[in-house]
Amino acid sequence: MFKHVLLCTVLLTPVCAQAATEADLRDIRAQIEQLKKSYEQRISQLEQRLQQAETDSRRAENTAAQAQATANQASRPPAAANAFNPAISMILSGTYGQFQQDPAIPATGFAMSPNNNAHTRSFSLKESELGIMADIDPQFRGVATLSLAPGGGLSAENAFIQTTTLGHGFNLKFGRFFSGLGYLNDQHSHTWDFVDQPLVYVSMWDNQLGEDGVQLKWLAPTDTFIELGAELGRGRGFPGSDRQNHNGPGAAVLFAHVGDDIGYSDSWRAGVSLHQTKQVNAVSTGVPDLAGTPGGVSDSFTGNTRTTGLDFVWKHAPNGDTTLTNFKLQGEYFRRRESGMLAYDIAAANVIDSYAVTQSGWYVQGIYQFMPMWRAGLRYDQLDPGTAQVGALNAANVISNYGYTPKRSTVMLDYSPSEFSRLRLQLAQDKSRQGLTDNQLFVQYIMSLGAHGAHQF
Amino acid sequence: MKNNFTLLLAALLATLAAPASALNIFACEPEWAALSQELAGDKANVYAATSALQDPHHVQARPSLIAHARRAQLVVCTGAELEIGWLPVILRESGNPDIAPGKPGNFEASRYVAMLEVPTVISRSEGDVHPEGNPHIQLDARNYLPIAQALTKRLIQLDPDSTAFYRERLKNFDLRWQAAIARWEKQAAPLKGQPIVVHHKAYAYLDNWLGLREVAELEPKPGMQPSVAHMSQVLQQLQRQPARMVIRAAYQSPDPSEWLAGRANIPAVELPFSVGGDDHAKDLFGLFDDTIARLLAGLK
Repeated sequence: MFKHVLLCTVLLTPVCAQAATEADLRDIRAQIEQLKKSYEQRISQLEQRLQQAETDSRRAENTAAQAQATANQASRPPAAANAFNPAISMILSGTYGQFQQDPAIPATGFAMSPNNNAHTRSFSLKESELGIMADIDPQFRGVATLSLAPGGGLSAENAFIQTTTLGHGFNLKFGRFFSGLGYLNDQHSHTWDFVDQPLVYVSMWDNQLGEDGVQLKWLAPTDTFIELGAELGRGRGFPGSDRQNHNGPGAAVLFAHVGDDIGYSDSWRAGVSLHQTKQVNAVSTGVPDLAGTPGGVSDSFTGNTRTTGLDFVWKHAPNGDTTLTNFKLQGEYFRRRESGMLAYDIAAANVIDSYAVTQSGWYVQGIYQFMPMWRAGLRYDQLDPGTAQVGALNAANVISNYGYTPKRSTVMLDYSPSEFSRLRLQLAQDKSRQGLTDNQLFVQYIMSLGAHGAHQF
Repeated sequence: MKNNFTLLLAALLATLAAPASALNIFACEPEWAALSQELAGDKANVYAATSALQDPHHVQARPSLIAHARRAQLVVCTGAELEIGWLPVILRESGNPDIAPGKPGNFEASRYVAMLEVPTVISRSEGDVHPEGNPHIQLDARNYLPIAQALTKRLIQLDPDSTAFYRERLKNFDLRWQAAIARWEKQAAPLKGQPIVVHHKAYAYLDNWLGLREVAELEPKPGMQPSVAHMSQVLQQLQRQPARMVIRAAYQSPDPSEWLAGRANIPAVELPFSVGGDDHAKDLFGLFDDTIARLLAGLK
């Protein structure tokens, strides 16, 4: 069209003159309009591209800023010389105890056990625990738990090395550790749900079996948790008699644990354990006898002890969320066979003859968190002193059948303002000593300072 | 006969080898399980250790978790000490050194994003503080881009034979995710500058992304249970400085937020918080679709 106008203008001016004034002016306007439109389009296209570029660069900036932040996080210099300091935790704990009977009296039929129930009248500091743990190098991790006795003195409760690179489900531990048998045995006292251990642990494991030795655990490569463990130790903790002058291991433990989930809400673990040791000249004081010697006599036992155990725990939390409400049910059973030679009244008569007995005990307990921070618990304990086979020489000396079943019922209520603090009230009716019913009251605090390690199941 | 036996043996070996060829991924939280699934597709068996209905700070070191960690080649977690109360014991008990912290098999998402609310005072008197910053990074959709990139790198490192596959999955995810972010940002425009009350300090990244303004928390200190005394203070504060809604995560008790909502006459909004937190949050896309829809509904 432009050409046509040009043609008119140049060649046919006279002829076209009239027409150009009207129609062609319209054409020119239209062309200009079109030009304008096309430029506007291109400008807006350019604007869009510019905007896109800006967005892209902003995004790049964001990414760059994030990368920078990540780099900053990664390149933050270590905090001077203490950067390699181990994690340190401290547990502060104390109780108020009120009892009707002397806490030192042993459970009926278990005078040959240590019976250290850790009960103290009035206000007392419980063991404060100082925990130190760190990776040693790429292969090893070290854990020490030092216990500060209320009366002064520091003792190594746990001091062990763990391997970190064995793989294939193996974990090796050596040093001083709580044995992995049962459920409660390797749990530290600040995680207990009651002030004291169940009677069966007090009588059969002197509260907790601690060992100097080696532990190897293997976890099966299955979706169901299957763990097998074996330990060799010196026989330091009861029922071992801590033979000092003896080469080779003095005690052995085997255990197996199986566990799984039932949906998100329920999970469980069950286990079996076997413990074997030899007691050599294990002296027990204050053992009652048939003659009724006031204050009892001192006996000495040498022989084999074999303990088998069953344990289970079941935990329930709605949808697996434990913060609002949750419930835990656990129980354990131990049965011990001792057989060997018993020296009766080593201070005077010293009559030696054979002795064998099978004793057992169990407990079951439930802990219910009924609202955030508040938990209530109920525990029932029972022991069976068994009937001993006493050699003829001691038939008139050693009590073979006590004819009494020690038992105890306990309730507790605790309040935990945070996961680092807990206050507890506990009431118990202890009938573990024949004819000496003991109504017990405890108030306890447990506080945790510093690093707070993850808890076991 | 001999042939048959060889065939049988070959078939047996093949079935035994089959699960080994897929990566076993142990994801601490459902959002990382979902992301791992997006990026690894059928090259991985993904196990989610927790659900959106569990408080990720407080998880029991259950035997099943230890058993699954035993066979994992990769654990994908938030890090920043979110899982400090349970993961270390699982990693230790698993007897699996490949997933130990610092190993290629241990992936912490929080290392790849800029952390918010890094505390200057580290004391338990401030409640459940995380020295490395607020660990709830999963509610800013933009965070998934660098995390996905880093996670893909990790997948390639562990399973180099499938490099091309993982790259393609990442490209595909990146495209869909960028488009989704643009859509969510547009949808969420009305939320910008809106004052909100939160149950737990878990929304710093969401606020930072969508421009919501947090004016109060129901927990007196992070991780401490809301008390009536503290909530009454919040209520008083709201009379001077109103908020549009009070927000909680699916795993939290509705009681405190409903208590406040009823008295302050504002809606209480439950957010899925992670994949699986409600029926709509079936995957990562659903998580944000639903989160924004619920927030917008709260404005009305």
